[in-house]
Amino acid sequence: MSEQDIKSGPLEYRTENGRLAVLGFWIFLAAEIALFSTLFATYAVLYGRTADAPLPGELFEPTGTLIMTFILLTSSFTCGIAIHEMRRGSKKGLITWLIITLVLGLSFLGFEIQEFIHYTHEGATIQSSAYWSAFFVLAGTHGLHVTLGIGWAILLLIQVMKRGLTPVTSRKVFIIGLYWHFLDVVWIFIFTGVYLLGMVM
Amino acid sequence: MQLDEFFVTGEPLIYGGMVAIALVTSAILFILTYFKKWNWLWREWLTTVDHKKIGIMYILSALAMLFRGGMDALMMRVQLAFPGMNFLNAQHYDEVFTTHGTVMIIFMAMPFLIGLMNIIVPLQIGARDFAFPFVNAISFWSFFFGAMLFNISFVIGGSPDAGWTSYTPLAGAAMSPGPGQNFYLLGLQLAGIGTLATGINLMVTILKMRAPSMKMFHMPIFTWSSFITCFIIIFAFPILTVALALMTIDRIFGSQFFTLTGEGLPMMWTNLFWMWGHPEVYIVILPAFGIFSEIIATFAKKRLFGYSAMVWSIVLIAGLSFLVWVHHFFTMGAGAFVNSVFSISTMLIAVPTGVKIFNWLGTLYKSKIEFSVAMLWSLAFIPSFVIGGVTGVMLGMAAADFQFHNSYFLVAHFHYVLIAGTVFACFAGLVYWYPKMFGHKLNERIGKWSFWFFLIGFHVCFFPQFFIGLDGMPRRIFYIAPEWFTLNFISTIGAFGMGVGFAIFVYNIYYSFRYSERETTGDAWNNGRTLEWATAAPVPHYNFATLPDKVGYDALLDMKEKGETTFDESKLEPIHMPNNTGKPIIMMGILAFASFALVFEWVTLAAIGLIGTIIMMGIRSFDYDDGHYVSVDEIKRTERAARGLNDE
Ligand code: HEM
Ligand SMILES: [Cu+2]
Repeated sequence: MSEQDIKSGPLEYRTENGRLAVLGFWIFLAAEIALFSTLFATYAVLYGRTADAPLPGELFEPTGTLIMTFILLTSSFTCGIAIHEMRRGSKKGLITWLIITLVLGLSFLGFEIQEFIHYTHEGATIQSSAYWSAFFVLAGTHGLHVTLGIGWAILLLIQVMKRGLTPVTSRKVFIIGLYWHFLDVVWIFIFTGVYLLGMVM
Repeated sequence: MQLDEFFVTGEPLIYGGMVAIALVTSAILFILTYFKKWNWLWREWLTTVDHKKIGIMYILSALAMLFRGGMDALMMRVQLAFPGMNFLNAQHYDEVFTTHGTVMIIFMAMPFLIGLMNIIVPLQIGARDFAFPFVNAISFWSFFFGAMLFNISFVIGGSPDAGWTSYTPLAGAAMSPGPGQNFYLLGLQLAGIGTLATGINLMVTILKMRAPSMKMFHMPIFTWSSFITCFIIIFAFPILTVALALMTIDRIFGSQFFTLTGEGLPMMWTNLFWMWGHPEVYIVILPAFGIFSEIIATFAKKRLFGYSAMVWSIVLIAGLSFLVWVHHFFTMGAGAFVNSVFSISTMLIAVPTGVKIFNWLGTLYKSKIEFSVAMLWSLAFIPSFVIGGVTGVMLGMAAADFQFHNSYFLVAHFHYVLIAGTVFACFAGLVYWYPKMFGHKLNERIGKWSFWFFLIGFHVCFFPQFFIGLDGMPRRIFYIAPEWFTLNFISTIGAFGMGVGFAIFVYNIYYSFRYSERETTGDAWNNGRTLEWATAAPVPHYNFATLPDKVGYDALLDMKEKGETTFDESKLEPIHMPNNTGKPIIMMGILAFASFALVFEWVTLAAIGLIGTIIMMGIRSFDYDDGHYVSVDEIKRTERAARGLNDE
């Protein structure tokens, strides 16, 4: 599976396995879209069902969310550069930009955890009402994906350092790039659908 | 926790079950040890990534589950045979119909079909394996451990009892305390991972690994139906994943999705469940359609009539299957407009289904039918399924459904579609492809006995239920009123007829293993039209010595007419194959352990298990196993032996 069957084009597409894996991952993302759509639908249905807990408008605050959004969008950008460096064959560039992406991802997570702790102190927990259950599960699922992505990217970083850019490592890095961009897109929906709407309504 | 809370106590039937499980398990352990088969089992089966062996394990597990679900069914039928019967009490009856339904759909029908797809689809498209053999093994083990987890609930912790649909609030923590419902949630969740992975895996396989020059519209119809099924799986299973997860979080971590406190919405479960559940019934019927189409073309010795109409109607059915879910709860107050919309979309499904029926009839028209056992199952399917479909349309009329809903009329409907459709297809497919899997046929004479017992038993069992339903007997009750006695008694007799049919079927497997003639040609029925019949039987682990080239529709038929084979000795090259690995079974075993802990709400232990699984995934990520090459010599030897050619 390590042999190359095509001599030109991006490294990750040069083996049969690489092409299969990338297509498989795209299809996996389709399933992820179905998963997040279901969570969004649940959130929409339970919107406003806050029982005695605080209303979202009382707790959401623009600055923190904007910073988080900014961090995550930037991380998607740096991830793009990382892939670009990989395509240029620069192992060092890839590693550097991947590490920057990871740092951004971690700080996003830090903000999110802080935010969750804050809400909990204000009396909005996963148990306090249907609305807050839906909120925490939707945002939390995204956060969990980010966490997994970070762990996964660290493993890949080690592999790239040990093995350099091979069809296998570059395929893996390319796939996590797709994953990372996908999480970014989901966040944009959370940002507008959950936070912005929650603040306005 | 006390030991007597852990094990289920106080039920003689369950003590019997425990003894039986203990006996069977120790017998298996003893035999494996005595004949020194542990090593063989591990090397050849538990660590395999070969799609054919994985398929066989799927089918064996599914047969075991059919046995378990069948025992549940017979117990229910005994209880319902006489008014005032005291065989099962109310609680036990609830548990039995819950596990029966769940086991049959999730752990029997789907895995059986996925098993057949596993074995046959790569062969039909001329591929050497799945796109991701490792993932395929993961899928199997996640299904297997999910099934085990669900099944042990009957001796440990207690079975779920809220119905296979598990409607909230009944299934919530307040009304169903204890681990029973958690077994349902986590068992299905675990198995669901595997189903989704198979969907993706098979889709990539079909898209990318077809023999060069096999166009999409040259693919055999079973491959087509599997392909569309993958679509449904990919979009429906995430809905189930979410629904199960939400209920799990509700029950274990106190969230309020489906509760009556905290402004939760119990109806949301019903919606989510059927947004997955209705597509699910098409996940188990479309591959069945594919199987029947293959068999009918083979034994009518004719090209499938209206191939592209067949394909398009499958596509249409798959699309519509997502748009009809409300018909499962017309009576729950969605309002006249919503009900009308879903009533119309429901009835629309009958149109493409009807197209398919006419395609089968068209194929049979003026053909020379060979009445083999596989063909008998397929022929019996057509009229039986039509009864199921017509009553489905009756149920689909929202106004009329207020009369039929939750009555035995409904029970009869879905058994007519699920048994005459899916179960007949599983049997037909197994009989038809059996020589491909094991290198010998099942005995036809014994097969006919089992067919007739099962078919007659089936109609005797379920046809009366339409009438009991119209007489007002509701489903999911454990006693019957005296005026329903006669029809119920007939129904119970039919159920035992099916039981006998199944027993004969299983006996046939044993008998044929001992006495059937071994296969030499690979084209066991002499009328094979598609590529799976072009390989030797049993199939070498690399499937095709030389990959078939320039194939069109009914590829083997073309080749036979031109006198070609897929084995061209001059073109042999070393074949690259993946290595066996124990990681899938270990990884899923640990995840099953975590799920088991979560069932009992031992959260720390569950977290440890989850971390273990993640560590296994990390280890897998660092695994750069390149597989191995099969040498030209070895291929030559295998092919010559299988084709009865002598060595030079
Ligand atoms: C022409 C096609 C079909 C139509 C119009 C149809 C219609 C319906 C309707 C309206 C119901 C709900 C009845 C009620 O709850 O009162 C129903 C239930 C059901 N149908 Fe079908 N159906 C069709 C085909 C199928 C197929 C192909 C399968 C499975 C392979 C299937 C399996 C089921 C099951 C399992 C239920 C009962 C679910 C439950 O409540 O436990 N149906 N069908
Ligand atoms: Cu339905």
